[in-house]
Amino acid sequence: MKVLLAEDSASDRLILARLVKRLGHTVIEAEDGTEAVDLFRETQPDLVLLDALMPRMDGMEAARQIKALAGERLVPLIFLTSLSGAGDLARCLEAGGDDFLVKPYNRVILEAKINAFNRMRGLHQALSDQRDHIRRQNQQMLDEQRTARRVFDNIAHTGCLDAPNIRHHASPLSVFNGDVLFAAQRPGGGTLVFLGDFTGHGLPAAIGAMPVAEIFYGMAAKGFGAPDVLREINRKLRRILPVGMFCCGLMVEADFKHNSLRVWNGGLPDGWLLRAGGDRVAIPSRHLPLGVREPDQFSASMTVLDAAPGDWLVMMTDGLPEAPNSGGESLGEEGVLSVLAGLEPGQEPFEALLERMQQHTGKPELADDLTLCCLQMVRAEAPEAMPDKIPESALTGPADWRCVYELREQTLADFNPLPLLLHICMEVPGLRSRSGEVYTLLSELYNNALEHGVLALSSEWKTSPGGFSRYYQERTRRLGNTDGHFIRFSLEHQPREGGGTLTVVCEDSGDGFDFTEYSDTVMQQQAASTGRYAGRGLEILRRMTRNLKVHGRGNRVEIVYDWWFPDAAIISGA
Amino acid sequence: MPIETRRSDDGKTLTICVEGRFDFSTHQSFRDAYEHSEPTVSHYVIDLSDTTYLDSSALGMLLLLRDHAGGDGARISIENCNSDVRRILSISNFEQLFSIR
Repeated sequence: MKVLLAEDSASDRLILARLVKRLGHTVIEAEDGTEAVDLFRETQPDLVLLDALMPRMDGMEAARQIKALAGERLVPLIFLTSLSGAGDLARCLEAGGDDFLVKPYNRVILEAKINAFNRMRGLHQALSDQRDHIRRQNQQMLDEQRTARRVFDNIAHTGCLDAPNIRHHASPLSVFNGDVLFAAQRPGGGTLVFLGDFTGHGLPAAIGAMPVAEIFYGMAAKGFGAPDVLREINRKLRRILPVGMFCCGLMVEADFKHNSLRVWNGGLPDGWLLRAGGDRVAIPSRHLPLGVREPDQFSASMTVLDAAPGDWLVMMTDGLPEAPNSGGESLGEEGVLSVLAGLEPGQEPFEALLERMQQHTGKPELADDLTLCCLQMVRAEAPEAMPDKIPESALTGPADWRCVYELREQTLADFNPLPLLLHICMEVPGLRSRSGEVYTLLSELYNNALEHGVLALSSEWKTSPGGFSRYYQERTRRLGNTDGHFIRFSLEHQPREGGGTLTVVCEDSGDGFDFTEYSDTVMQQQAASTGRYAGRGLEILRRMTRNLKVHGRGNRVEIVYDWWFPDAAIISGA
Repeated sequence: MPIETRRSDDGKTLTICVEGRFDFSTHQSFRDAYEHSEPTVSHYVIDLSDTTYLDSSALGMLLLLRDHAGGDGARISIENCNSDVRRILSISNFEQLFSIR
C-alpha cells in the first residue's frame, strides 16, 4: 500500500515513516498541507496520514482538497493530532477525515488502524468493481434489447396501428414486459387487432412474442379470420412455451361492411364496446389464456356484437387498472369503468383514459408495462388495391386454369375455405395486387351460400336489435347439422391483354331464394327497396363485377370479374 | 415461512397453504412443497385463506403443479380465496382447470 504522510515536524515524520515502512508499506513524505495536496495528485496514494496543524495549509484544508481530488475512490484519511478536545477532533472528521490518531503514536494502534482501513478500502474496491460490472451489464442488456426490438419490429411491424381509426399506447420496449399489440387490414376490408400479455418479463416474453407476430400478420394477410388465427397462436404457444408460461389476449375482428365485431378475450381485463348512443357492452374474459390448453380442447368461439360507425372498442392490459398511485392504490377495473361511464358525447375514450391515468399516477409518463388500444368502427370503403409491388415472378405462374372445390357435410361447419381459395387465385401473375377485391368477391359468395343457402338464415333478423344475436345463435345452432349439404366453387381464370378474367360460380345445396331468375336490374331494385342483407351482399358483387347472374332457385350465383395490371406499361416493358 | 404444507392422515391429500403474497418470490418454496411430496399423494389442496395477493406468475406455478400432478387428470382444489384472488383466477378462467371453492 502507498501511504502519504504529511507532518511538519521532521522528527515525528521520521518516527512515523519508519513505523509504517516496517509494516510493509511505501511512504511518501510531505512537509505541509500544500505539498501533501500536490503529492497526492502526483502519486495517488492509497491512504493518507495528515497532521492537523501545519504551516502554509493546515490539515483541515488539505483534507478537503484531497477528498475532492479522490472523488469516488475511497482514500482513508487519518488525522495525526495532539489536540484532544472533542470539538477539535470532531472538526477533523467534518473536514473529511475518516479517523484520528492522537500523539504520541502507539505502534499497535497505528498498525490496527492501517489494517482496518486497508480492509475497508478492499471492500469499497470490490463494491465499486461490482457496481461497474452491473452497470456495464445493464448497459449491454439495454443495447441488446434495442437491437432485439429492431429485429422484432421487422417481424411485427406496426401493421395498421397508425390507421386513423386506431389509437394506442404501447411503450417502445413493451415487448420486454410481455405486451404485444398487432393490427392488420383484412384482405376484403375490415381489421384484425390482437392485444396480448405474456406472463413473465424480459427475454422469454419477447421470444414468445415473435411467433405470435408472424402467425398474426401471416394469416391475416391470407384472409384467415380471428378463430383460425387464435387456434394457430394457441397451438404454437402450447408447443413452444414451458408449462406455466402463457399469453393472455384479446382478439377483435371488425367487419365494417356488415357493422359487426367478433371478439375473444382470454385472461385480459374486460374490454368495452362503447356505442355512439352511450351504451356500454363489456367484453369479459371467457376463455383460458393462449398456450394453456391442448389444441383439441381450445375454444376459439367468438362473441359477435353488432356495432355502428362511430362506436369505439377499448382494450387494455392489466397494467392499466393495476398501475399504482403514490399511495400504492390502483385504479381498478371500477376506476376504468367510471372513466368510460363519464365520457361526454363525442369524447374519445383513449384520451380520457390516458388523462385519468396521468392524474392517478401523478406522472406525465405512463409506466411501460401497460398497453391501451382503442378501435373505432368506420364506414366501409371500397377495397383498395394492395400497395404491394408486383413480385418479380409476376410473369410466371398459372394464368389459364379451371378448378372445382366442394365442401361437404361437417366440413361446412369446421372449415373456412376462403384463405385456400384466395391462395389459388393469388398464384395468378399480377392478381395479387387485387387480393382485397378477390377476397371480397369470394367471401360474399361464400357467406351468402352458407348463411342464406345452406343454413337458410333470414337476413331480416339482423335488422332488428334483438334479432342480431338471435341470428348468430341460430347460425351456430344450425351449423351443428349440415348433413347432406354442400357448397361448390368453380373457379376459372383466363388471361387477357393487360390483365385477366376470373369467373366464379358458387352453388349450394340450400333451398335458395324465393325467386327464379334475377337480372342485374331487379337485383339493384331489390337491394335498394328492402335493404336486406342478402341484397346488400349481392349488391356489392354486382358493383365489382362485369356480370352477375343468379340462377336456378337462387342457389347458383355466377360472377365474371375483369382485372387489369395496376400499371400495364411496366409489365409490357418488362 | 410463506408456504406451509400438511398431509392428511391417509397420506393421500397434500394441502399447501400460501401466506401473504403468492408471486414469483414464492416460486422455489411452492415447487419444493409438492415436488418432494410422497408418491401416495393423489389430491392437492391449495389453501389460499392467508393469501393476500396473487399474480400471473402464481397462475404459472399453479399450471406447473397441474402438470406435475398429471395434467388433465390432476385433482387439485383451490380453496378459501379472498375476492381479489378469486377475481384474478376467474379472469383467467382457471375454474376450467381447477376446482375452485
